[in-house]
Amino acid sequence: MKPPRFDYHAPTSLDEALSLLGRYGGDAKLLAGGQSLMPLLNFRLSRPAALIDLNRIPALAYIKEADGQVRFGAMTRQRAVEFSPVVQARLPLLQEATRWVGHLPIRTRGTIGGSIAHADPSAEYPAVLAALEGQVVVRGPRGERTLRPEQLFRTYLTTSLEADEILTEVRLPGMPAGAGYAFEEFARRHGDFAIIGIAAMVIVEGRRCRTARLATAGAGPVPVRLRAAEEILEKDGLGDAAIDAAAQSAGELVGPDSDIHASADYRRHLTRVLTARALRRALARAGGR
Amino acid sequence: MSSQRWVGQSVKRVEDSRLLTGRGTFIDDHPPVANLYQAAIVRSPHAHARILGYDVAAALAMEGVVGVITGDDVAKATKPFSVGVTAPVHYYCTATDRARFAGEPVAVVVARDRYLAEDAAEAVLVQYEPLPVVLDPERALDPDAPLLHEAVGSNLAGHRRLVYGDPDRAFAEADVVLAERFKFPKYGSTPIETYGIIARWEPLDGVLTVWSNFMGPFIMHPLTARVLGLPENRLRFIVPSDIGGSFGIKTSIYPYIALIGLSAMKTGVAVKWIEDRREHLLASSSGTDRIAYREVAARKDGTVLGMRFKWFDNVGGYIRSPEPGCSFRPSGNFVGPYRFQDLEVDASVVMTNKSLTGPNRGYACGHLYFETERMMDLLAEKLGLDPAEIRRRNLLQREQFPYRTPTGGLYDSGDYPAAFAKALEMAKYEELRREQTKRRAAGRYFGIGLALAVDPSVSNMGYVATALDPQFRAKPEYLPKSGAVDSATIKIDPLGRAIAILGTTPQGQGHQTIVTQIVADELGLRPEDITVVDEMDTFTRVWSISSGTYSSRFGSVGTSAVALAARKLKAKLIEYAAHLMDVHPDQVEFRDGAVRVKSGQGPSYSIKDLAGRAHWHTESLPQGMEPGLQATAVFGFTVSQAVDPEDRVNSSNTYGFIAEVMAVEVDPETAAIKILKYVTVHDAGTIINPMIAEGQIYGGALHGLGGALYEELRYDDHGQLLTGTFMDYLVPTASEAPVIEIAHVVSPSPLTLLGSKGLGESSSMTVPAVIANAVSDALAPLGVRISELPMTPTRLWELIQAARPKRKT
Repeated sequence: MKPPRFDYHAPTSLDEALSLLGRYGGDAKLLAGGQSLMPLLNFRLSRPAALIDLNRIPALAYIKEADGQVRFGAMTRQRAVEFSPVVQARLPLLQEATRWVGHLPIRTRGTIGGSIAHADPSAEYPAVLAALEGQVVVRGPRGERTLRPEQLFRTYLTTSLEADEILTEVRLPGMPAGAGYAFEEFARRHGDFAIIGIAAMVIVEGRRCRTARLATAGAGPVPVRLRAAEEILEKDGLGDAAIDAAAQSAGELVGPDSDIHASADYRRHLTRVLTARALRRALARAGGR
Repeated sequence: MSSQRWVGQSVKRVEDSRLLTGRGTFIDDHPPVANLYQAAIVRSPHAHARILGYDVAAALAMEGVVGVITGDDVAKATKPFSVGVTAPVHYYCTATDRARFAGEPVAVVVARDRYLAEDAAEAVLVQYEPLPVVLDPERALDPDAPLLHEAVGSNLAGHRRLVYGDPDRAFAEADVVLAERFKFPKYGSTPIETYGIIARWEPLDGVLTVWSNFMGPFIMHPLTARVLGLPENRLRFIVPSDIGGSFGIKTSIYPYIALIGLSAMKTGVAVKWIEDRREHLLASSSGTDRIAYREVAARKDGTVLGMRFKWFDNVGGYIRSPEPGCSFRPSGNFVGPYRFQDLEVDASVVMTNKSLTGPNRGYACGHLYFETERMMDLLAEKLGLDPAEIRRRNLLQREQFPYRTPTGGLYDSGDYPAAFAKALEMAKYEELRREQTKRRAAGRYFGIGLALAVDPSVSNMGYVATALDPQFRAKPEYLPKSGAVDSATIKIDPLGRAIAILGTTPQGQGHQTIVTQIVADELGLRPEDITVVDEMDTFTRVWSISSGTYSSRFGSVGTSAVALAARKLKAKLIEYAAHLMDVHPDQVEFRDGAVRVKSGQGPSYSIKDLAGRAHWHTESLPQGMEPGLQATAVFGFTVSQAVDPEDRVNSSNTYGFIAEVMAVEVDPETAAIKILKYVTVHDAGTIINPMIAEGQIYGGALHGLGGALYEELRYDDHGQLLTGTFMDYLVPTASEAPVIEIAHVVSPSPLTLLGSKGLGESSSMTVPAVIANAVSDALAPLGVRISELPMTPTRLWELIQAARPKRKT
C-alpha cells in the first residue's frame, strides 16, 4: 500500500494550480482533503503523474452570502460547514447532512468541493446539492462556467469536469425561512457512506405544499432528484396519503444497484421508507402550518 | 499466606503512559539492526491457478533491488510445514506448484525501501494457468468439485466422528427431536498493528534472528526451524514488548517468519516486512466459516438427552496448524454448561479456495455456542417453555463441581445457576418480558435473548490429537501430546527491588500491571518497586512449546507461574532470615514485606535488609544455600492429559462461565437492530484487576458483535475477496457499542495459585448467540428465525419480507 512515484506540487494560487493542471495534460490529480484520493493512490488504483495539492490556496476556503445564495470555496472543510452560523441560519439541511459525513477526523480534512467533485453517489453533499438545486463553479483555461447537479454528475465517481478544470465554488440557494427539512440516512455503521440517504425540503403554505424537494444518496450512479414524487406533494399536500404516495413514487424513480452492503431491492425499499420518514420530519419542522 | 492488598484492585496500567504518549515498542519501531531492507510480497491474483513460471529479470534490474525469492526457491530451500492431520497437504511458506487462494504469496522482493519493493513486486511476472474455483465447504466435497491438492485426492483435510455416551439411544428415547442448519461467517480480528517481521541471518554463527509480533504458541518455533533446515538453537525468535492487538490472529504469522527468514538468508541483508492492511484482510488469518447441522433430543419437560453436531469447517486453501483446532479446540466443553451425556460430533475439515484460517478470539467457541444456544431457544419454543426455564432445567449444578464432562473436560469450579440468576436479575428479565408483551401489542418487534457458555482458558496442547484416529494414536511410534506450562523468573536487586521476567507475548492485556500486583502482594512490596520485563526471546527466556499468550492463558497459567516464583523466593528469604535470627524457619513468618518471629519478639528483617546482606555478604547465607536472590518457576497443569482412546480430552485447563441477557428492538421497515440492554455476567474465578477484566469483556463483546452483525470476509464466485478494505469489511466502532452491564461471580479455581482463570476471549463467544436469540425473539411474531450470521440489514430485511404478508412499503 505505497503509491508509485509521482510529482508533488503545492501551488498557492488558483491560476498556478490551473497552469500546473494544464501542464500535465490530464495526468495530474487534485488533492483536496485526501479522504478518498489517498487510499486510491496507496492501493495503486490511481496512478497520476502528479498531485496538485490545493491545501495551500487560502482563496479557495470561504463561506459567504451573495444574491440569496450561500457560496462555499471548494476547499472549505466539512467541519467548517458543520459549525458555520451562516449554514445554520440559511442551510439547515446542509448542516444536518454534514453530521452524516464520515467521522470528526474525516470532516476535519474533507472539503465540500472535494466531496462533490469526487461524485460518490452515496455521499451526502451531492444529494443536498441536487435537492437544493445548487450549482458548482468550474474554472479552466477556457474560463469559468457553472453547472447544475444534473449537468455535473455523470455516473459513479465521474463528473463532466474536463481534465484541465477545477471545481472552485459550490453555490446553494438559501432555504426560505420556515422551510421544513430533513436528512434521513441508513448506513450499516455510524459514519459509513449511505446505503440510502434522502434529502428533503418542503415549503408549506396553509394546507398546501408550495415546494417539495427530494434527492437521494446511494440510490444509483448519481444523486437522483425525485421530481415525480415532489409533484405528488405539490399537488396533493402533505397528508399521510400523499406522503405515502410520494414515497411509493420515490421507490419507482430510482434504479439502485446491488453491492455487498445492500441489494437493489432493499435499497429501493429503503428509498420508500426513508422518503416517508424524511417528509414527516420535514413537515413537523415546517413553519406556516 | 500473602495478603491481597493489590490483587483484586483496579490498579492503573503501567503500560498506558508509554502507549498513550506514543512511546511503545512495536515491531515497526526502533530498528534493532542497521541497514534494513524492505520486503514486498507478490501475491496470486487468482484464487486457484497452476504456476507455470516466473520472470524476475525486470524486477532484479531495478536499482535498489537486492533479491527476488520465488516459489521455486522456496520449494528448493525449505520443507513444507507440518500439518495437524494425516492428509498429505504440502503447505510451504509460498505457493510452489499452484496458488490455492487469491492473495497467496508467490514471491518476495527485497529492496532498499518499501516503495521500491512494491514497484519491483509489480515487475515480477508470474505465469498462471487459472483453474476452477470452489469456495463452499459442502460443494467442495462433491466428487466433481475442483480439487485443490492432488496428493490428498479430495478436498477433505480431515474427518472425525466422535461418539460420547449413546446418542442413538438418546434420540430413540426422546419425546422431541429438533434439527436445524446453521451458517457461521468467516471473520478475523483486524488488530490495529498488522503482522511485522525483521530477520537477520548471521552466516558465521549460522544463526537466524527473527524479531516479530508472533504471539505463540511457541510450538511454531521448532516447526519453523525444521522448515528452514536450522537447528532449533540457531533460530532465535524475539518479540518486542508491545504488540498492537492480536486476538489469536498473530499465531498464524509463522509462515511469513519462514518466508522473510529465507529472504534474509538468500539475500544476505537484514529484511523487514510490515504487512499492510490490504494484505492483512486478504491473507493473514481468520476463523473458519462453518456449515453446521444440529440435532437435539429432549424430553417433554425440556431435559436435553443428547445432541448431534455435524460440521463442515472451511480452512481455506491449505490446512495450517493449529487447525483443525476449529473443530476440536472446544472438545472438553462441547456440551457447554449442560448436563446431557450423549453426543455425536461429525466434523469435516474442508479445503477451499479461500484464505487460510486459525485461532480467532473464542477459537471455535463462537461457532459452538451460536449453534447450541439457538437450539436451546428452538427447543423452548417447541415445548412452550420460557428460554430461561429450559436452560435452568439443564444447567450443571454447583454440587457437581469439579465436573468431568462426557467429552473429557474437567470443569474446575463454578456456580452456573447463581451466575445465570444474577444475569437475569440484573437485566430484570421478568420486567423485560412484560415490556415485550406491551410493545408487541403495539405492533413493535422487541426481543430478549439469552446465552450461556463455558469459557475455556489455557489450551491443553494435547487436544490437537483429537483430529487423529485413535488407531493412529495407538501406534507405538506415535508420541502422545499434552501440557500447558508457563514460566517466570523473579530476582531481587541489592536494594530490595524486584524484577520479574516473563516469557509471554502480551498484546495489550496488561501483563506488566498484573505481575506488579501479584509480586507486590506475595513479597510485601509496592507495585512501583517491581519492574516487569516481558520481551520474549527464545535464547534467553525459559519457555516450552505451549509458551505464548493465547487461549486466555496468562490470567490462569502465567499468573500461577509468577506467584509460584514469588513463593519460592519468599521461602528462601524466610530460611535466610531464620538463619540470621538463629531460629527455626517454622518460628518466623513473612508479613508486610519483612520476616518476623511469629511471637512478635526480637528483630525483623525487611526484604531490603535481606537483599543487601545476601548480595554483599554471601558468607552470611546458611550452609548449602545457593547464593543470589532469584527464583524461576515453571508452572504446569497436571490436568492436561493426552486424548484417551475414547477421544475424551480435557482440552483446556480452567473453565469459566458466561451468562448473558440482551434486549433488542428491530425496525421492521429498515431491518435495523437496536440493542436496548446487554448484561454479561462472568465467572472467571479470582479477578486480579477488575478494570483490565472489564476491558477484556468490552473487547470480546464488540468482537462478537462484529461477527454477528458486521464482519465477514466475502468472496465472489471467482474467489476474489470483496471485503478487502475497511470500507467494505466493517468492524464495529465505539458508535456501534451498546451499553454493557458487567458483573462477576467468583468461583476460585482450585487449580491455579490465585484462583484465577482466563477471560480474554469472553463475550466474543456469546454475543453471536445472544443477539441471534434476541433478534429471533423480536421477530417471532413474523416467524423469522436466525440461523445465519452476520445478520446484515439486507439479509434480515429479506427474511422479514419472506415472512410477512405481502404488502408494499
